[in-house]
Amino acid sequence: MKILTGNDLKSGAVTWWDGVQWSLHVSDALDVGENADAILAREQAAQRVNAAYAIDAVKDEDGVRPAHIKDRIRALGPTVRPDLTLKPADADARDWVI
Amino acid sequence: MYKYDTYDQAMVDARVEEFRDQVKRRLEGHLSEDHFKPLRLQNGLYLQLHAYMLRVAIPYGTLSSAQMRVLGDIADKYDRGYGHFTTRQNIQYNWIQLDQTPDLLAELAKVEMHAIQTSGNCIRNISSDQYAGAAADEIVDPRPYAELLRQWSSFHPEFLVLPRKFKIAVIASETDRAAMKLHDIGIRMVRNAAGEIGAAFYVGGGMGRTPMIAPLVRAFVPLDQLITYAEACLRVYNRYGRRDNKYKARIKILVHELGKDEYTRQVEEEFAHLLTQGIEPPLAELERIKAHFTDPAYDTAAPDTLDRSDPDFALWVDRNCAAHKQPGYMIATISLKPVGGIPGDASGEQMRVMADLGLKYSFDELRVTHAQNIVLPHVRKADLYDLWQQLDAAGLATANLDLIGDIIACPGLDYCSLANARSIPVAQKISERFAAKQADLGELKLKISGCINACGHHHAGHIGILGVDKKGTENYQLLLGGCEGDDTSLGQITGPGFSEDGIVDAIDKATDVYLAHKQGDERLLDTYRRIGMAPFKEAIYE
Repeated sequence: MKILTGNDLKSGAVTWWDGVQWSLHVSDALDVGENADAILAREQAAQRVNAAYAIDAVKDEDGVRPAHIKDRIRALGPTVRPDLTLKPADADARDWVI
Repeated sequence: MYKYDTYDQAMVDARVEEFRDQVKRRLEGHLSEDHFKPLRLQNGLYLQLHAYMLRVAIPYGTLSSAQMRVLGDIADKYDRGYGHFTTRQNIQYNWIQLDQTPDLLAELAKVEMHAIQTSGNCIRNISSDQYAGAAADEIVDPRPYAELLRQWSSFHPEFLVLPRKFKIAVIASETDRAAMKLHDIGIRMVRNAAGEIGAAFYVGGGMGRTPMIAPLVRAFVPLDQLITYAEACLRVYNRYGRRDNKYKARIKILVHELGKDEYTRQVEEEFAHLLTQGIEPPLAELERIKAHFTDPAYDTAAPDTLDRSDPDFALWVDRNCAAHKQPGYMIATISLKPVGGIPGDASGEQMRVMADLGLKYSFDELRVTHAQNIVLPHVRKADLYDLWQQLDAAGLATANLDLIGDIIACPGLDYCSLANARSIPVAQKISERFAAKQADLGELKLKISGCINACGHHHAGHIGILGVDKKGTENYQLLLGGCEGDDTSLGQITGPGFSEDGIVDAIDKATDVYLAHKQGDERLLDTYRRIGMAPFKEAIYE
């Protein structure tokens, strides 16, 4: 699947396109198929997202998982500070990322 | 310490308000990211993996207690309770909000700090010897010269859009503690045969994709021509440095491709021309700056002895303290490398503790080292035990300076958008694996970079690690034989890379080879230089 990610302009937080708006949670990411360029152009022109781009991902029982480790780390937070990740209580988070 | 004059303060204050307006226009949609990005970068604000990152300049690594305290307060107020001290003697905050940045910069400006020229193709923060003004082996305090260069390079209209970033280091000791020859310009303050102080210029060093050791371009530049010569070096680079390929744009490539002799000839020609232009600031300005760097009011009656009856304290003194030029004093290094910790990270509370200790024990002065530690430069031997106890209570008394646990590591893929692999988890595993036997291994400088840009100085590690992306998986190359000091050398890659766990095992094997072949007081670096790569390679890849 193809999903879109970027950063929130004000906070810089990593965001994911859920079909309507930009979510903080990768699990909300929507498969945009062939529409990536059109959505990115529209959303960046409207200044609703910053530095956005399209990435490959897979969806399985764990949810949406970006294909590349860099985006998996972006999705959750630094692997060395589990207290700062979006799901700090998830003991398996690191395995999910790496 | 240098204190801002009205010009310095006015420039920094004006820049804060200018950026406040730029941020406002960006948030209101009047500036696109394409227009805004170069503006925020000129103010040290990057967009990294998880958030905006702000890099704050710490000129030549020197901080007052008030400044360190504000850095700690900013960590709590604007970030998530911590900051990361970098290999450029700066500090980075990883979780900054764009709309809060102007207020943050205004708080920095109140204590004479800023984030200007911590990014972009300009002259960056000038680094120096963390022992400056205290070292027993220095001929002069290098910081007034670094400060003069800072003032010259700040907002220099000709050098704000160089082909690439530009890094300068200034030292004044026989011992190079600042990796001087691995800078675009490395300056060593020297004394000539007549006893006059001047500057030796090494130009064209650097790490990154194409590591080079800077050759000596001029052995002695008189003090009243220092800025003019630096200007000539930059002018030749600005004129002929490549702008068509960012990977070949650093001055090291120009010096290498022209050859040292031709580059030097061009610099000397430009220098001769510039001498006719009268651009050198008057020596009175240097004298004005020097007045800010006089020795503190040492206690000349301070006892020159230590009570070493507490073995843990004695170990810390032996490991983390260095000789001071003033009898009765020592230089104390606070390691930011606890076992299993994140190299260079300090919490807001730890920064405030260090600020208080700097005020109480070190004449209101602290230093950031390029090895990501903090130095209290002027501590009475009689106060060292009290200091150590308070550091210990704050988790800041790790005795591992220059041991394998004193790892330099870049933020890596945990934070950095340029990185290919994580550095910090590897550092943590090495730190834990070798904690019990690091003293037996002696001085062993291990440096980790998460990509070829080499912010973790892997080329200069006795053991270096370079993280690479191998088909979407983290892979780690091992290097041996690098050194950043007086006998600067570049590490050589051992062979195929390793997994995250594999690289730790490989280092274990390399240290076994060292211990098996060690003669006398040899460090691993010395043994490697004597026996070569083959025995290490054989053991690592057996």
